[in-house]
Formats: sequence, C-alpha cells, structure tokens
Amino acid sequence: MSPLPRQALASAFLRRKARWKPLEYGFWILALGAAFALPSQQLLLSEIAILALFAMSLDLIVGYAGILSLGHAAFFGVGAYAAGLLSLHLTAEPLTGLILSGAIAGLLGLATSYLVLRGSDLTKLMTTFGVSMLISEAANQAAWLTGGADGLSGILIDPIAGLFEFDLFGQTGYLYCLTVLFAALVIARRIVHAPFGLSLKAIKRNSRRAAMLGISPNRRIVVIYTLSAVYAGFAGALLTQTTSFVSPDVLAFHRSADVLLVLVLGGVGYLYGGVIGAVIFTVLRAWLSVVTPQYWMFWIGLVLVALVLVGRDRINPARLTAWVRTKTGRAAPSAAPLAKEEA
Amino acid sequence: MLTILFDGIAYGMLLFVLACGLAVTLGLMNFVNLAHGAFAMAGGYVTVVLMNRYGISFYWCLPAAFLFSAALGAVLEVTLYRRLYAASHLDQVLFSIGLVFMAVAGVDFFMGGQQQLISLPPELSGRFNLLGADIGRYRLFIIVLCALLTIALQTTLTRTRIGSQLRAAVDDGRVARGLGINVSVIFVLTFALGSGLAGLGGALGVELLGLDPNFPLKYLIYFMIVVTIGGTSSITGPFLAALLLGIADVAGKYYLPSLGAFIIYAVMIAFLILRPNGLFFREGGR
Repeated sequence: MSPLPRQALASAFLRRKARWKPLEYGFWILALGAAFALPSQQLLLSEIAILALFAMSLDLIVGYAGILSLGHAAFFGVGAYAAGLLSLHLTAEPLTGLILSGAIAGLLGLATSYLVLRGSDLTKLMTTFGVSMLISEAANQAAWLTGGADGLSGILIDPIAGLFEFDLFGQTGYLYCLTVLFAALVIARRIVHAPFGLSLKAIKRNSRRAAMLGISPNRRIVVIYTLSAVYAGFAGALLTQTTSFVSPDVLAFHRSADVLLVLVLGGVGYLYGGVIGAVIFTVLRAWLSVVTPQYWMFWIGLVLVALVLVGRDRINPARLTAWVRTKTGRAAPSAAPLAKEEA
Repeated sequence: MLTILFDGIAYGMLLFVLACGLAVTLGLMNFVNLAHGAFAMAGGYVTVVLMNRYGISFYWCLPAAFLFSAALGAVLEVTLYRRLYAASHLDQVLFSIGLVFMAVAGVDFFMGGQQQLISLPPELSGRFNLLGADIGRYRLFIIVLCALLTIALQTTLTRTRIGSQLRAAVDDGRVARGLGINVSVIFVLTFALGSGLAGLGGALGVELLGLDPNFPLKYLIYFMIVVTIGGTSSITGPFLAALLLGIADVAGKYYLPSLGAFIIYAVMIAFLILRPNGLFFREGGR
C-alpha cells in the first residue's frame, strides 16, 4: 500500500469535515437579521454574542484538548480590565484595544498553561480555579489600578476604526460583537478541522497513545490553551467596550461556572455548542430573572442537575443530528474508509 | 505568637472535620463533589434553627446537625450521587455545582441572606491565659473534639472490619463484591458519614467561620485545598494539610492583612506544581 492514497483519503476526510453546512449559513443569516429585526433587544443580543465567544473559547480547551477548567473567567476578566485600562490610559480606539486585550489575556494563558500540563483532572480543576481566584483577589486589592470593589467606570470608547459610532440602542455594539464572534469562529474552525485539531482530539482521548504516535501533547496543549485565553480575553474586552464599565464581577467564580453550563447546554466539542448554549442560557436567565428575580440561581442549578442526570449526550445537538441522520437512512459522514485502509 | 498558632490549629482542625468527608468521596470514591460545603451549611442551619427558634442546648445541636446532614447525604447518595460514580469528571462537576446553586438559592429563600448568629453556652465563651498564650475556650473545645474525632476515624478506617471493607470496596469494587462485601451499602454509609462530619463541622463553625447562604461557595476552595494538597490516599494527609492551611491562613491574616487570601492561593498553586498528586501521595493507590 503506497502512502499516497492514504494521504489523499485523509485530506479528503478533513476537507469533508471542514465544509460549511447549510445550517451554519442559516444561523449566521439569522444572527445578522436579528440586528435589524429586534431593535429593542440589541443589548441582550450583544450579551449573547459575548457569552458565545467566551463559551467557544472554553470549548477549545474542554471539548478539544480535554482540560477541565473551573477558572476560565480569569482570562475573561483580564481581557475586560485590560480593555478598560487601555481605553482610559492609552487609546480609546476599540479595535486596537480589543487586539491588545486579547494579547494580554493570551500572555497570561501562555504563562499559566504550563500549570495544566501535569496531574489529574482534579489537579487541573484546582490549578485553574486557584489561578482565577488569585487574579480576582489581585484585582480586588490593587485598587489604585482597577478601582477595587467599585470597578472601572468613565470609560469612553471612540468609534470603531474611526467610522462607526456606538449608538444608544447598541446596534453598532451588537454588529461589532457579532463580527468579532464570526471572525473568531472562522479561525477556530480552520484550526480544529486542520490536522492540528485532530491531534488535539487524539490527545483528549488518550494522551499517552497520542505521544506514541509522535504527537507532542504538551506543546499542543500550550498552544490551544493560549489561543483559548486570547478568545476569552476578546470576549472580556467586548464586554467592557459595549458596556463602558468593568466590575470586579468579571472575575467572579460564578462566571467560570456559568460558562461551563453554557457550553454544556449547547454541547461540547463542536464550536457551535458555545453559541447555541449562549442563546439558550441568556434567554433562560432573562426569563427567569423576570419570573423569580432573586432565586433564578436555583433554577439554573436545577437545569444543571437535570442535564447531567438525563445525560448530556442525549440532548447534545451534534448527537441529535447524527441520530436523525441514521434514522432517515443517511449515514453520517465518518472516518470509515480511513479506518478500513488502516486495517 | 502562640495565640496565633493556637487559633490556627483550631481553625485547621475545624477545616479537617469539614473536609475529611470530601477526602473520602473525592479520593476514595473518585467523585468530584463540589457540593460538599452544602452539607456543612445544612448542619450549620440546623444548629441555628434549633438553638434560636427552639432554644435547644448547643451540645444537643451538634449530634442533631451530624444526624441531619448524614441523613441528607444518605438520601442524596441513594437517589442521585450513585448514578454518577461512573460518569466523567465534567458531569460530576456540573452536577455538584448545580446542587450548590440550588442549595444557595434555597437557603436564601427559606432563611434569608443575612449572617446567622448563635450565642454559645457561657462555659465555652471567653478566653483564659495559659503559659503566655491567650486561649479561647471555644477553640480549645473544638481542638479537643476534633482531635477525638480524628483518632476515632483513623482507628475505624485502619483497625475495624468496616474500615477494611471500605478500603477493599474502594480499591477494587468488583473483587470486593465478589468477596461478599455489600459495596453499595458501604458507599452509602461512608457518604453519610462524610456528610455528617461536614454537618458537624458546619455546626461548630457557625461561631468561627460565620454562616450565610454563600457558605458552600466561600469555603469550597478551602475544602478543595485540604484535599488536593493533603492527597487523598489517607486520613493523615488531609489532616496535616488542614492544620498547615489553618495556621497559614490565620498567620497570613494577622501579619499581612492587605494580601488577604492571596497567600493561600499562591501556596496552593505552588504545591500543585511541585506535587501534582498531593503532598502525601501513595504510589499505586487510586
């Protein structure tokens, strides 16, 4: 057997997985249409887009690299504070602020990624948790820089690239968030459907075996963790820029837990999970906080418990579509030809 | 100086009683139970309600808190936790966070969000001087009680039949079952014991740690530190870790108050980098 057809098969497999599906086009058209169809809901929509980006960044490490994180808010918060401080002290131009904030959060991700390389799930859980608590405590103490418990206010944001001014109803804000989300998704899509993404999945399944196949788990985990931190930083910066305010709440523990819930609601490991989860979660929370303003946390908790007991896999949209396909007789595209070749 | 050491030991002992149930579920049963603090909170609130509404003596409240939390733990183990022993860690984390959220909101609903206060019996309040150290009577009471509990636990686990059955069930459930050990009963009992101890710790801690609906989230990090640093293969590991943490926290708050909880987190991360499997890791254990 010559190496050529196998390689061709493999790249055909990768290309097929990476193809844009009709549902995806539909989703983005809907999201864009919402900017004009729901003029009174623009702030909620921006919130969804930001949460979606945040959850997607978590998906990169939970769904693809298999690292359980309880402290992802650290990067979100650092991005948010960085954006606030940059606009106060350096430049109020949002794009520059966004990119710099992402870079700062990414640096933090790079520095802390070495902590999640070792140990069991529990150790990783604790280190990520610890790092986020450490940063939250630091932000709280360094009141001269971060405003302490009062947060940063008085942030003024210039028009985007000097052209689009943020309006009162948040339409520009939403379109801005949506554009960033879209760009981030396109890039993430390229990455996870490239051989690099496949190798990450191999590491998630069995890192020792992946290492034997010549994949270096540590280096790849560092890369994806850093990227994930950059994305989370973007999300934080977007929050600051659209709300013109940073509260210490951006670093709070419940944010790390919420984003995990968002991701799980939508499904882990296919990027859109974060986006779908963000829509469900935000709508659910908006509705619950109207029905029971003080105790919506209870219902969120109930949703989590029920979700786990029913089984996440059974309500994961990716699985559902696969299930629908098998029921309708159309086999889901799989790696079958490749597997046969291996045998 | 001696006073700080003493307070630190009392605090550490209390943390140990609170966290040792978690060491068992997490270490021995391999279940990431972030809701452990909720059981402690339950014990605390039982004490508050019994003392303030029904005027029952503090000494009777302690066993009541233990029993209530143990019963709660047993019920939840049989109905919910049991299904998730084999689930992935992500599922367990989500499930237990969900429980914490529900507990926090539920307690807020029934008891209100304010700090709960109890008045200790007169013989337990106040301080006396011994060898130049200021000793709080209540802290001394905690130390003695917790030390007795620790010794009892250690002997139960290492010397008695049920202890060895538990270790067998944990090391290899299938073989243990094959030997005629009723593994699920052992697990229920252990889980109930762990929850009960947490409840007792919560009751003892009302005076020391305070009690409000956010208790499970606020002290979660401390429980987790005790377990992760102490390792989960024995009782002594978490015990020493709890003492260390208690002393370090009290000393840190006294000498460097501006740094707050900073030191604790930094120390924990340092420990986790150096010894990712805990301070006292037993090779070959699970």
